[in-house]
Amino acid sequence: MNAPNASGWKPGTPVTVDHAMDGPPTVTGNRALMLEEPLIFEIGNSETTGVDFSSPPPEGEGLPNRLGGFERSEPINLPGLSEPETVRHYTRLSRQNYAIDLGLFPLGSCTMKHNPRLNEKVARLPGFADCHPLAPIQTVQGALGVIHELSEWLKALTGMPAVAMSPKAGAHGELCGILAIRAALEARGDVRKVVLCPESAHGTNPATAAFAGYEVEDIPANADGRVDFEALEARLGPDIAAVMITNPNTCGLFERDFKRIADAVHAAGGLVYCDGANFNAIVGRVRPGDLGVDAMHINLHKTFSTPHGGGGPGSGPVVFSEALAPFAPLPFVEKLDDGSFHLVEEETAQEHHASTFGRMTAFHGQMGMFTRALAYILSHGADGLKQVAEDAVLNANYILRSLEDVLAAPFAHSGHCMHEALFGDEGFGGGLSTLDLAKGLIDEGFHPMTMYFPLVVHGAMLVEPTETESKASLDQFIAALRSVAERAKAGDETLKSAPHYAPRRRLDETQAARKPVLAWQDPPATSSAPAGTPSRSERGGR
Amino acid sequence: MRYLPLTPTDRSTMLATIGADSVDALFADVPAEAQLDGPIHGLPHHASEMAVEKHMRRLAQRNLAAGDAAFFLGAGAYRHHVPATVDHIIQRGEFLTAYTPYQPEIAQGTLQMLFEFQTQVARLYGCAVANASMYDGSTACWEAVAMAARVTRRNRVVLSGALHPHYAEVVRTMAKFTADTIADAPPAFQARPDDDGLIARIDKETSCVVVQYPDILGRLPDLERIAEAAHAEGALLVVVNTEPVALGALKSPGECGADIVVGEGQSIGVGLQFGGPYLGLFAVRDPKHVRQMPGRLCGETQDAEGKRGFVLTLSTREQHIRREKATSNICTNSGLCALAFSVHMTLLGEKGLRQLALENHRLACLAAERLAKVPGVAVLNESFFNEFTVTLGRDARDVVRRLADRGVLAGVSLGRLYPQASALAEGLLVAVTETTTEEDIDTLCAALTEILA
Repeated sequence: MNAPNASGWKPGTPVTVDHAMDGPPTVTGNRALMLEEPLIFEIGNSETTGVDFSSPPPEGEGLPNRLGGFERSEPINLPGLSEPETVRHYTRLSRQNYAIDLGLFPLGSCTMKHNPRLNEKVARLPGFADCHPLAPIQTVQGALGVIHELSEWLKALTGMPAVAMSPKAGAHGELCGILAIRAALEARGDVRKVVLCPESAHGTNPATAAFAGYEVEDIPANADGRVDFEALEARLGPDIAAVMITNPNTCGLFERDFKRIADAVHAAGGLVYCDGANFNAIVGRVRPGDLGVDAMHINLHKTFSTPHGGGGPGSGPVVFSEALAPFAPLPFVEKLDDGSFHLVEEETAQEHHASTFGRMTAFHGQMGMFTRALAYILSHGADGLKQVAEDAVLNANYILRSLEDVLAAPFAHSGHCMHEALFGDEGFGGGLSTLDLAKGLIDEGFHPMTMYFPLVVHGAMLVEPTETESKASLDQFIAALRSVAERAKAGDETLKSAPHYAPRRRLDETQAARKPVLAWQDPPATSSAPAGTPSRSERGGR
Repeated sequence: MRYLPLTPTDRSTMLATIGADSVDALFADVPAEAQLDGPIHGLPHHASEMAVEKHMRRLAQRNLAAGDAAFFLGAGAYRHHVPATVDHIIQRGEFLTAYTPYQPEIAQGTLQMLFEFQTQVARLYGCAVANASMYDGSTACWEAVAMAARVTRRNRVVLSGALHPHYAEVVRTMAKFTADTIADAPPAFQARPDDDGLIARIDKETSCVVVQYPDILGRLPDLERIAEAAHAEGALLVVVNTEPVALGALKSPGECGADIVVGEGQSIGVGLQFGGPYLGLFAVRDPKHVRQMPGRLCGETQDAEGKRGFVLTLSTREQHIRREKATSNICTNSGLCALAFSVHMTLLGEKGLRQLALENHRLACLAAERLAKVPGVAVLNESFFNEFTVTLGRDARDVVRRLADRGVLAGVSLGRLYPQASALAEGLLVAVTETTTEEDIDTLCAALTEILA
């Protein structure tokens, strides 16, 4: 018998001949499994619905009407699709997305790790998913129990005495922390005006401080990518309300002087906010509470792997020091002596939480994320969480050392990195940029790394592999990035037009911003559908 | 550990490549005194999937699920039937485990969905442009207040007394730290909203008037009158909607003259989830205000081959570009909940949404009629959509607790929402949706009859 695969080809073998452009054009514009999909406004209509009701529609005269004369008279113009059409529409769209389920997703600082499916399952238990936020307390003891149990673990993992669970995402948590700091300062009659943020900070830090009414000043970085302690200390004084420092920082480095910084800030009467976006690098090994932190948010969607969902939802609980605990927002859960749970909200706060700064959101925060994060913490346990940090750091260093000969690694000389490896664009030829390299990486089947952030490195590329990548996956990524980096240094023109194999070529972002089209406008009713768009009746093949 | 692919052999091979003796060496930058010398106190070792599921199931069983009771809670979170398709789509890994679509060439699925979502929301609200979502209705409400201050360069906010008290509290909390001053009032406990009282509080310093529609007591304010009064003083009208299903039956806020329309989108596709994650909706009627909007916006463009495609745009408003000068600090939003909303709305379509709204209103009218016959119960509202207020002649908090003991989740007591306002203590908010049966309504009436007797 002949061998069925005489060439010995297998996945991972480099493609040396470009077949992508071979073959005839297609009538549909599709290319086999690469299927184009119109907008719902082009395929749906206002007569179709994919939902049946148990009773016939209550139309007609004589129906009770208590709408007070505000009935809608104009159509909304919402297209409907039947269930099969709906499933197909979104399934086709889904296939135009990259996702962690498809491959390594090395966005630095964003922490794209595997999302355990057990967590999806438990979040959907009716006792959690089908519970109203204002249900009588005696009927939601399990939900309050989840919030309480997760709070306890977050406090234990951070070494902090209090936590506010309600912030909806990282930036919302930052706001919560800064508001608590401001409330604490004002409570002692100490109005301070300035918040210091390192140059390498996430954009949310200065935006948050400004949103809370503070002026923002930059703290410079030193040559090895960390906060310049001397410069910071020199700036401290009676006008400094707080510093906001990310640790490990956005260059992927641990701030060695963090405790010294915190002590200096406290000595000057200020407070210390730690951006906990990178807590995943140290979870189980380092407790921020031991470093002098007053407030830190924890991105449950990063460290504790609740899914990013194409941009959210997240969840950003904030741990507090003793100094800030009394100012924490409402509502929160307390465990009573009899083992039951009690909700401290406006009704009960006057008695023993009178100095709260207020409320961040309508209800209790992201319950659906709490159940997932709790399942994640219990699944990993103390040993597993420590291993999470260690493998995340190991993987990042493996990438750093495997590529530092081909990509500039501005801080690699100063030691090991934490959970992310930072590279710059030094030495790229032919006018090629970090953007071109990133688009080339797309053709190799990877989502690019974080680009042009942090701002302290030219053409920054921040690579965070996370702990859920196998060595084989890392090796393939390293090979791909090495190859694209070599092409970038050689000035390979084809990178300018990358990606070549994605569902779309480079998109014109300038045009999108210059003439924003932010909602679909139906074509005029008199004309037929735009050329190339099949009408509903012609879409027999869909 | 099932989530960690590295083997011990991998780890030692990789350490050799790195040139480190041990994993501990990689943490050399962490000062020794900051390193834990043992495991996290009290946290057990890793657990099997089966064990964790069992633990979580036990906690879940300590809750009375809405589906297991006669259920009438609302006040900003409503129980609607979510078609099975919605949960299937949002669990597709390509949506669930994607990131914010910063690389548009490999994120057209999320981007096209967001463009469709923005259009659906804009049309529902009667607005020109909606953004790609906020955290929830309450935070969207604050963002609208902040935006109105930027647009009008004024700092005095007039809040309707019948704005959801938690939304008002979020606004008050933020305003404590900004220059905004709040003109506040307690809710008028009467059959009609106090539109005249609200209008009387608008002046030349007012940046915006914030009105909920339907309001916290379920009543319908006259938005057109309020819009006219606000505009006459150069103020913006911010309309808050916590029940999007209502807009299947009611005039859209944009049509009535609202300048910024915000709300909670949870009713469509998202589910109750004990309060989160929810879906903040944010839209503006006049496209000239787009550049002052918070949050992400998805726009249409084309690629290098001339094919239609979508990108995040106008990002010079946002924190990752503008830092302390951004229109908001929001980064992560509610993308997956926006998908759930959009899928559910696509399934409904115009026809389904209208039918859903009428069914909600029909059942609510039926419930109001039957409750009014219970001795001691009076319906407060003249107008409502699917939620109304009844008075019980005694503290409603206690009644709610006693009904809960009988497995009836009767509604939200005003005493819980307004603990300081004794005038409201006898009020109970009752919400009725398509998930409510006539039998549920009869169960509530019978239990109330007994308790109030």
